[in-house]
Amino acid sequence: MPEWPKDTKYISHSTARVDAPAKLTGSARYSSDIQEKGWLYGMILRSKWPAAKVTSVNLDKARAVPGIKAAVVAREGAFTIRYYGEEIAAVAGTSKQACLDALLAIEVQADVRHGFVVNENEGRKENSPQVWDGVANASAPHVRQNGDVDAAFPGCAAVIEGFYSTPVQVHNPMETHGNTVSWTDEGLTAWASTQGITSVRDGFSGALQLDNSKVRVITEYMGGGFGAKFGPGVEGVLAAKLSKEAGAPVRLMLTRFDQALAVGNRPSSFQKIKIGASADGMLQAFEAENYGTAGIGAGGDSGGGGGGADIPMPYIYRVPNIRVKQSAVTLNTGSARAFRAPGHPPASYGMESAMDDLAAKLGMDPLELRLKNDSNPIRQREYKLGAEKFGWKEKYKAPGSSSGVVKTGIGCAGGAWGGSSGDRRTQGDAQINPDGSIELRLGVQDIGTGTRTVIAVVAAEMLGLKPEQITVRVGDTNFPYGPGSGGSTTCPSVSPTVHNICTKALEQLQTQTGVADARGKNWFAACKKLGVSPLMVHGQWQQGLSTDHACGVQFAEVEVDTETGLVTVKKILGVHDCGLIINQVTLESQINGGIIMGMGYALYEERVMDDLSGVVLNPNF
Amino acid sequence: MNNSEPEHLGAHSRRTFFKSLGTVAVTAATAQVTTVAAELEKASAEKVLGPGAVPVTLKVNGEKLKLMLEPRVTLLDALRNYSSLTGAKEGCDRATCGACTVMLGDTPVYSCQKLAIEAQGIEITTVEGLAKNGNLSKVQQAFLTKDALMCGYCTPGFLMSVTALLRKNPKPNADDVKHACAGNICRCGTQPRIVQAALKAAGVETASRTEVVDYA
Repeated sequence: MPEWPKDTKYISHSTARVDAPAKLTGSARYSSDIQEKGWLYGMILRSKWPAAKVTSVNLDKARAVPGIKAAVVAREGAFTIRYYGEEIAAVAGTSKQACLDALLAIEVQADVRHGFVVNENEGRKENSPQVWDGVANASAPHVRQNGDVDAAFPGCAAVIEGFYSTPVQVHNPMETHGNTVSWTDEGLTAWASTQGITSVRDGFSGALQLDNSKVRVITEYMGGGFGAKFGPGVEGVLAAKLSKEAGAPVRLMLTRFDQALAVGNRPSSFQKIKIGASADGMLQAFEAENYGTAGIGAGGDSGGGGGGADIPMPYIYRVPNIRVKQSAVTLNTGSARAFRAPGHPPASYGMESAMDDLAAKLGMDPLELRLKNDSNPIRQREYKLGAEKFGWKEKYKAPGSSSGVVKTGIGCAGGAWGGSSGDRRTQGDAQINPDGSIELRLGVQDIGTGTRTVIAVVAAEMLGLKPEQITVRVGDTNFPYGPGSGGSTTCPSVSPTVHNICTKALEQLQTQTGVADARGKNWFAACKKLGVSPLMVHGQWQQGLSTDHACGVQFAEVEVDTETGLVTVKKILGVHDCGLIINQVTLESQINGGIIMGMGYALYEERVMDDLSGVVLNPNF
Repeated sequence: MNNSEPEHLGAHSRRTFFKSLGTVAVTAATAQVTTVAAELEKASAEKVLGPGAVPVTLKVNGEKLKLMLEPRVTLLDALRNYSSLTGAKEGCDRATCGACTVMLGDTPVYSCQKLAIEAQGIEITTVEGLAKNGNLSKVQQAFLTKDALMCGYCTPGFLMSVTALLRKNPKPNADDVKHACAGNICRCGTQPRIVQAALKAAGVETASRTEVVDYA
C-alpha cells in the first residue's frame, strides 16, 4: 500500500497558488479571452415568451446584416418553447455590434401560449397549465418510510411543526457559460468554460456525431462553475454549427442575462416538517412533505448529476420512525443543474431549523440536542471543539429572552458530503528532461480550487524539488484522462495519481541512470545522465492515499433588527474535517468561499419570477 | 442657492453632476423649453459621430491604441474584442459586477459603462499595466501572498479598485477597503482575503484566522 511522506515540506503547508501571477497580470487566457485567428463573435436569440409554438424562424435578414457570417436555428422545423430564455437561433459576425443588429433582424413566427406557470404553488394545482402536454406538473410523491410515524408521535414529549422554504438560486459564476469553437474538416476544437473537459468532449461528440478523437477541448483558465458547467451546452453546439457555416472560429459566451435564464439553478424547496422527541431530547419521529421545482426538467445536460428537486431528509440525523414525501413541480422555467452539494444546503436548512424549533420546545440547548442525536463521531468532536472556540456556552441565550429591538442570536448546524476518494480512472504523464525540468500533464481542469497548485505541491514533495520547479499542464483532452471537477473529488483524484507518477519516475530514473535516490540534491545529476532523450512516465490513481465522507459543523452569530428584518452576520466559525490537507492556503480559501456563498444563499439570493409574464425579473447578480 | 454638499462625497456629488452637464444644460434650467431643445440640437449637431466606425485613439498602459470603432462600442468591448487586452473581464456588461474595472487617470471606472470614444485623451490603466518590468505591483504581490484570488475572473477588477484606493489613501482601514470594493463581486468568496491583501499592500499585517487541529 502506498503511503504519503511523513515529514513534509510542502504537503499540509502553504504554497502560493502557482497560477496566481498569470491571473494577477491579466496574462491568463480564460475561455472568454480566446482570440483565435479570424474569430467571430457569437450571440443567441432567446424566447421572450415562457410558452409558445415557434412555427418559423427566418434568418435571411439577419444574414444580410453587414459583418454577419453565419446564422443557425436552434432546432429545425416547428418547435415548442417551454420557458423564457429558451434558445431560438444564433448568429456569428465580425463584431458584437453586428450580432446585436442581426438578433433584431431575425423574424420569428410563433403561436404564443397564454397558459404557462412559473410559481411552485400554482404549478402543483391539478388544473395548472401543463408544461409538458399530457403530464401533470406535480410528480407523484416519492415516499420513503421507516418504522411507524403515526404510532410514534403520540408518545413524544415534544412535537413541533414548521414550514421552511428555500428559493431557486442561480449559479452566477463570474465568467458566463460559453465556448470558442473551431470546427473544420479536421475536427473540432473547443476552448470551453467548463468544469469537465472530458464531459464537454463527450457532449460535442454525441451532439455532432464526431469521434472522440476528432474533438479536443481546452480549458486553460475558467471563471467558476459551481456545478453548472459540465456539458458543451446548447450554446456550445450552436457555436460549433456557426463555426462550420462561417468557416471560422466562433466565440460564443452567454450574456449575464442568458446565464440567469437557461443554464442551471438550484431547485427551490418547500418543506413541511413535523418532528417529535422524547423528554430527554432523543428524536423519535420525523414526517416531512417537500416540493420544489427543477424547472422544465431536471439536470438537462449538466452531466454533473443532481438537479432533481428531492433533498436528503432528515439530512444527517437517524430517526427511528420517518415518513418523507417529496414531489417535483415542473414549471415553465429554466432547468436545474447540479449546484454545490446538490440537495444538501436546502436539506440542512430545513432540518436544522426544525431542530432549533424542537430545542426551544424542549427547553434544551440546541447544541445539546444535536450532540444527543448526531451519531457521527467526527461531528461530535467538531461540535465540542467549535463550541469551545466559538464561546457557545457564554453566548447562548434562550430564544426571545433578550430585550430590545436589535437582537443577537447564535446557531449551529452540521453537514456531510459523501464525495469520493477520487476517480480511480485518473491518469497522468510526466516528461522529465535531461536538464532536470519536469512537466506533468493531467486531463483535469483548475476551476479556481487550486488544482494546478495541488499537483505541483505533491510532485515537489515526492521529488524533493520546489513547487515552482514543477510545470503543471492541465485542461486539455489531449492529456491523459482526468475527471470532471465536481463533488469535491478533483484533489483526491489527482493527488494519488501524481504520487504514483513520481514514485514511478524515481524508480525509472534509478534503473536508467543508476542513481539510487534521485530526489532533491541528486535530481539534476540524475536527469543529466538521461543523455538526450527525456524520461516519459505514465501513472494512475491508486488506492489508500485518499478518503471520502468529509463532514463539518458551523456556528454563526447574527444580529437581527426585529423591526426592519435586517440581518447582520457578526461571526461565523466553521470546523471541517478535510482529511489530508494538501495545500493549506488554498483549502482555507475554499472553506471561506463555501461559507460566503452559503451566506449569500441564506440572506440575499433568489431568482424572482413574474407570475403574470413568466419572465425572470432579476437576471443579473 | 446654498449648496451645502460636502466635498468628500466623492467624484459624483450633485455639484459635479451639474458641472458635467456643461453650460448648455445649466442655461437650460432657466430658459424656455423650445429654446433649450434648439440649443441642444445645435450643440450636438456639430459632434455627431457614427453610426459607422470612426477612428479612436486610446492611451492604454502608456501605449497608444489606434482603432476603428463604431461610437456605440464600449471601452470594455474595445479592449477585449478589438485589441488583445483581455485582462479586464466581462462579467455582466451592466455595471453590476466590477470585473471590467479599469482606471481612467486615478479613478476606477466600469469600462462596460464607458464608450471607447469618451475614454480618449485620458490615461487608461488595465490590469496588464500594473506589473512593471515583470515585477508584480505591491497590490498584486499582496493578492498572491494572501491568496486573494480563486478562479481569478473578478481579480483584475478588484486589483484596480484596490490600487486606486491606495493611490488616494495609502493607509486605509478595513472599512475603507470594503467601501472601495463595494462595486466588485467575487463569486468564489475571496472577499476576506482581498481585505487582508489590500491592508498588507498598505503595510498592515493581518493574521489568518484558520487553525489546523491535527487529530492523528
